[in-house]
Amino acid sequence: MSETFLDQVIYMVILVAKILAVIVPLILVVAYYTYMERRVIGYMQVRRGPNRIGPMGLAQPFADVFKLLLKEIVIPENANKFLFLLAPVLSLAPAFAAWAVVPFDDWAVIADIDAGLLYILAMASLGVYGLIIAGWASNSKYAFLGALRCSAQMVSYEIAMGFALIGVLILAGTLNLSEIVNAQQGGIFDWFWLPLLPLFVIYVISGVAETNRAPFDVAEGESEIVAGFHVEYAGASFAVFFLAEYANMILISALTALLFAGGWLSPFEGVWVLGDTFLGEGNIAWFLLKTAFFMYLFLWWRATFPRYRYDQIMRLGWKVFVPITIVWVMVAAVISVFGLIVRGA
Amino acid sequence: MGAVVRYLKSLMLLELFKGLGVTLHYFFQPKFTINYPEEKTPKSNRFRGLHALRRYPNGEERCIACKLCEAVCPALAITIDSTQREDGTRRTTRYDIDLFKCIYCGFCEESCPVDSIVETDIHEFHFENRGEHIVNKQQLLAIGDRFEEEIAAARKQDAAYR
Repeated sequence: MSETFLDQVIYMVILVAKILAVIVPLILVVAYYTYMERRVIGYMQVRRGPNRIGPMGLAQPFADVFKLLLKEIVIPENANKFLFLLAPVLSLAPAFAAWAVVPFDDWAVIADIDAGLLYILAMASLGVYGLIIAGWASNSKYAFLGALRCSAQMVSYEIAMGFALIGVLILAGTLNLSEIVNAQQGGIFDWFWLPLLPLFVIYVISGVAETNRAPFDVAEGESEIVAGFHVEYAGASFAVFFLAEYANMILISALTALLFAGGWLSPFEGVWVLGDTFLGEGNIAWFLLKTAFFMYLFLWWRATFPRYRYDQIMRLGWKVFVPITIVWVMVAAVISVFGLIVRGA
Repeated sequence: MGAVVRYLKSLMLLELFKGLGVTLHYFFQPKFTINYPEEKTPKSNRFRGLHALRRYPNGEERCIACKLCEAVCPALAITIDSTQREDGTRRTTRYDIDLFKCIYCGFCEESCPVDSIVETDIHEFHFENRGEHIVNKQQLLAIGDRFEEEIAAARKQDAAYR
């Protein structure tokens, strides 16, 4: 009896250690993602970006965090206090929870469940509640308008995103993320981005729209509605929203790497000579490299594209992405049925 | 036909890739930013910064209290009181410049018949207490004494154009 209890305690300790091993680096990456964002966008605008605090400005994210934590949290007088304070947590929790099923390597995943992709979709959909509640509980017209825009946009793009994922499901034949990656074995041209190229492009673009990043950031539209759903948030509560937004961006990047770019698999697999060296072996470094690349895309696009008008966003989502994805899902079905690509070769 | 081509072009995202190419190009270009406290841009010898009152080489102050600068000052930043010294010359007893009012137009320097009031190229100065923004005659003379060489050099460089 005592032994099984001890077993459970050990199990719990190991589980908490695993969770911390994912969450702590994730928060650090979020901190340095903000730094990277300002640096990359600065470089693209031919200036230097933050370089004052610490060597090369590397202590900047910590200065920002301490500044935000020391600031006062102002709760608007007629706001619903409970919901107002609940909203940031509601948007952060799914952004972190989704990481439970993300496999970093063949062995490195907290929960290797068979419905992993469904779980991710569910968590991504839950995130929108935090934003809606934040916009409503603030009792501010700008926050409310921002929340409306943001929820309509996220709901619309979730459809295109879901269709894009169906293509992956058809080719991989499984919802388990590790198995989806293993189904892409065989080098860079066996990853799903090639047979599913339109879906890949649409998934990445929908991912940017899902996270309300430029050029789809009408939900924050500084020139019209100040900062969107989080106008009324300051200090630590704002920091939580910020954390959630960036955690979501990193999650989308990681998912793109897993679903379309072969996760931890090496691009040199099976390539002459190179494939036989250590470069040909799949490991976590490849996964992190691919994720970093897609994270860079977010910043690159923000530095490049002007903001979409709201009706253009809706047009793109419903009239362009949904038809294309439906057509390509059928193409994927044909590819799969006639065995035009060999699964897990 | 043209519409179809345009549609296909927009579907291929060609123009978006072109835009991405532009930003990626600038990503690798050298940056224009100057690391300010460590690096500074060159300044003109006509730069108009903090004021100073100059002296003649024999140590006599140049200002003869003609009050032309006070009269020409568009911001009414200069206040001058004068008296007759024992040797019979007219001298200022008070020469205050309110640096908050001053717009650094340089009219005072241009109007001065004896090149006494000048604007130096010092632009990095600040005040920590109320009232410090009004600099008096002693302070202005001290600035002039300290930077006489630079001031004289800058005037000499510009002399041909005045």
